[in-house]
Amino acid sequence: MTASPQVPPALPPQRKPPKAPALSLRGLRHNRRGQALLWQILVIGTVVALGLWLFSNAQAALARQGMRTGYAFLGMPAGFDIGDTLIAFNSSDSFLRAYGVALLNTMKISIAAILCASLLGLFFGIGRLSRNLLFRKISTVYVEFFRNTPQLVQLIFWYTIITGLPRPRDAWSLGELAFLSNRGLLLPWPAAMTDVLVLLMTLVLGGIAAAQIRRRVSGRLSGILATLAFVTPAAAASVFGVHWSLPELRGFNFVGGLALTPEFLALLLGLSLYIGAFLAEIVRAGVLSVGRGQVEAARSVGLLPWQISRRVVLPQALRVMVPPATTQYVSVIKNSSLGVAIGYPELFNVNNTIATLSGHAVEAMFIMMTIYLAISGLIALLMNLTNHHVQIRER
Amino acid sequence: MNKVLGAYSNETTPRPAPVQNAGWKIWLRDNFFAGPFNTLMTLASLWFLAVTLPTALRWGLIDAVWYTTDPVVCREAAGACWAVVAEKYRVMLFGTFPYDEHWRGFLVVLIITGLGVLSTLRRLWSWWLLLAWALAVVVVFGLLLGGFFGLRRIGTHEWGGLPLTLVMFMITVVTGIPGGILLALGRRSEMPVIRALCVSVIELVRGLPLVTVLFMASLVLPLFMPGGVNIDKFIRAQIAMALFFSTYAAEVVRGGLQAVPRGQYEAAAVVGLNWFQTTTRIVLPQALRIALPSLINEIIRAFKNTTFIGIIGLFDVLRATSAALQDPNWVRYSIEAYLAIFLLYFVLCFAMSKYGERIERDTDTGRI
Repeated sequence: MTASPQVPPALPPQRKPPKAPALSLRGLRHNRRGQALLWQILVIGTVVALGLWLFSNAQAALARQGMRTGYAFLGMPAGFDIGDTLIAFNSSDSFLRAYGVALLNTMKISIAAILCASLLGLFFGIGRLSRNLLFRKISTVYVEFFRNTPQLVQLIFWYTIITGLPRPRDAWSLGELAFLSNRGLLLPWPAAMTDVLVLLMTLVLGGIAAAQIRRRVSGRLSGILATLAFVTPAAAASVFGVHWSLPELRGFNFVGGLALTPEFLALLLGLSLYIGAFLAEIVRAGVLSVGRGQVEAARSVGLLPWQISRRVVLPQALRVMVPPATTQYVSVIKNSSLGVAIGYPELFNVNNTIATLSGHAVEAMFIMMTIYLAISGLIALLMNLTNHHVQIRER
Repeated sequence: MNKVLGAYSNETTPRPAPVQNAGWKIWLRDNFFAGPFNTLMTLASLWFLAVTLPTALRWGLIDAVWYTTDPVVCREAAGACWAVVAEKYRVMLFGTFPYDEHWRGFLVVLIITGLGVLSTLRRLWSWWLLLAWALAVVVVFGLLLGGFFGLRRIGTHEWGGLPLTLVMFMITVVTGIPGGILLALGRRSEMPVIRALCVSVIELVRGLPLVTVLFMASLVLPLFMPGGVNIDKFIRAQIAMALFFSTYAAEVVRGGLQAVPRGQYEAAAVVGLNWFQTTTRIVLPQALRIALPSLINEIIRAFKNTTFIGIIGLFDVLRATSAALQDPNWVRYSIEAYLAIFLLYFVLCFAMSKYGERIERDTDTGRI
């Protein structure tokens, strides 16, 4: 290195990037930007023209049939009954309330099916990776069978089985607490809404206590203590504080308890067994995606098997599992519309009734589409947030 | 295990497996009784099998009635009545298709499944195969519709059963894959209008259940047609199925397109290829190869989804079976009939899914 300052060789003056040529009518056809513009104008023109044509056709058809358009019909009495409702509904309630009832039913079946499918998926997904040959084979049979047959066939099959069960008088019972018959499944349930709330509160309290114990207490006792803390309040409340309504046979049918209709049961089985098989494959792929080296490293540090699953495999597998699992959950909600095939009053089924009875088929279709798209969009949003949460934080 | 490794780690020649790791006792221990939890799982599985298998075998095989034309025989038997399948298989497989013309439906099934099987052989993958499919579409429609060479004319409203299911499936895939490719290319286009259009079509259809798309096509579409124009119900359902499938195919193809490295586009541009040449010669062949396994999954799903057309009143296999079971003499044996349908769908879907797995293994080599 010499001390004398180096004289940089004379550089040619920096050239600016060439300016995009101005759009001119003459060169339009040979200019890439011009071509793109032409294409897009063509597409917009076609779409708009098609839309206008369809719209004018619809207007003409509606005028011919003397149908009125607008959403005023939502306030009118519905004039039909819904068999299975979460909130009170009778035929003099409005169409709007019918939509509310239907949406709640869709939510009810979706949440129940998502819970069941997740349990099934977890159970059989782990089963397919089990060292136990028998369990592994049973899991494989489950996954292959339910993944490779149409959901609608499964649904109608379950419905046929449930409606073919014995009458309530000869129902299959489990310790005189739960009954299964062709009227559905009867379960004990807290007698009043306040009792349900009390149970939920105790579960939340138990959960908080368990989380605190897990954080403060270490060692082998921690898990047992936490489980005890979680279960005890709810168990105590259900024995001492909550009034249970038990199903019992009166005449030809059951009274009391929680009644799950045959339609609900069939839809629950159809949705959760089908989606569960897909979730099992997702769980398996997720666990397999965790590198062998990770497990070996964890073992060599001296972690116990449960610690390896909990601290090493699960967090990494979850990252792979979240996006496809969410797709399956959305698919549960969308496919709950298959309830129409067996007469479960979910959104799609009720919407059809509304469209027929009110004579506002187009408006009804728009309302239903909006609701489904809103649900799908909301879940996509939640998934992106969750995904963000489980991804590796890269710095 | 670790001890053994430590002791022999200096050796380089492969050794035979240690004696204590072989034999049926070891196999039994490793597979069924390795640890308390594993033993518990074995016992639970055995209990499950002991509860379900004997009952299922007694019902389905030992006490079952295999063949009779008399429902009374079935009623007296304790087990399954498989005779319902023998009695009703014509209705289950051909639905509302005119009875005397069933051979035409049978030929259609043969053509589609035969060509489907041939398409799985990679030796035959060429432009000729596409041509064969195009020809098959023409032949199949000719056979089903009739109206020439003394073949009786059969309207689409009379189509049903397996021929209907397979034709619907074939057209869905044959039109849906090009549609999906176009939508995927449009979604990655540099022109904002085309991109926005493709994104909105894809997201709109994917956000809706298939049943609603089918209902839209079957009930609302006629309203948007000019007076007097009446589109056939089969075509309306077909449009909905193809549109639905193409949006799902589009997302799969888009995944493939995104996996093609940027350098490929740049190299193509350097050689002076235009957009069309780059897409058809450089990008799409690679993208489709990457997307093929997922595309096969979507195709299987499309096949399973053909059952949905029963909801809007077309007589596919499932709906035809339900219709066949309206017979009061045989309605008690619905479970057996549905199990037969299960078997039919399972064989077809399972074969496709195994083929997809093989493709996935084979195309996975050589890529990073």
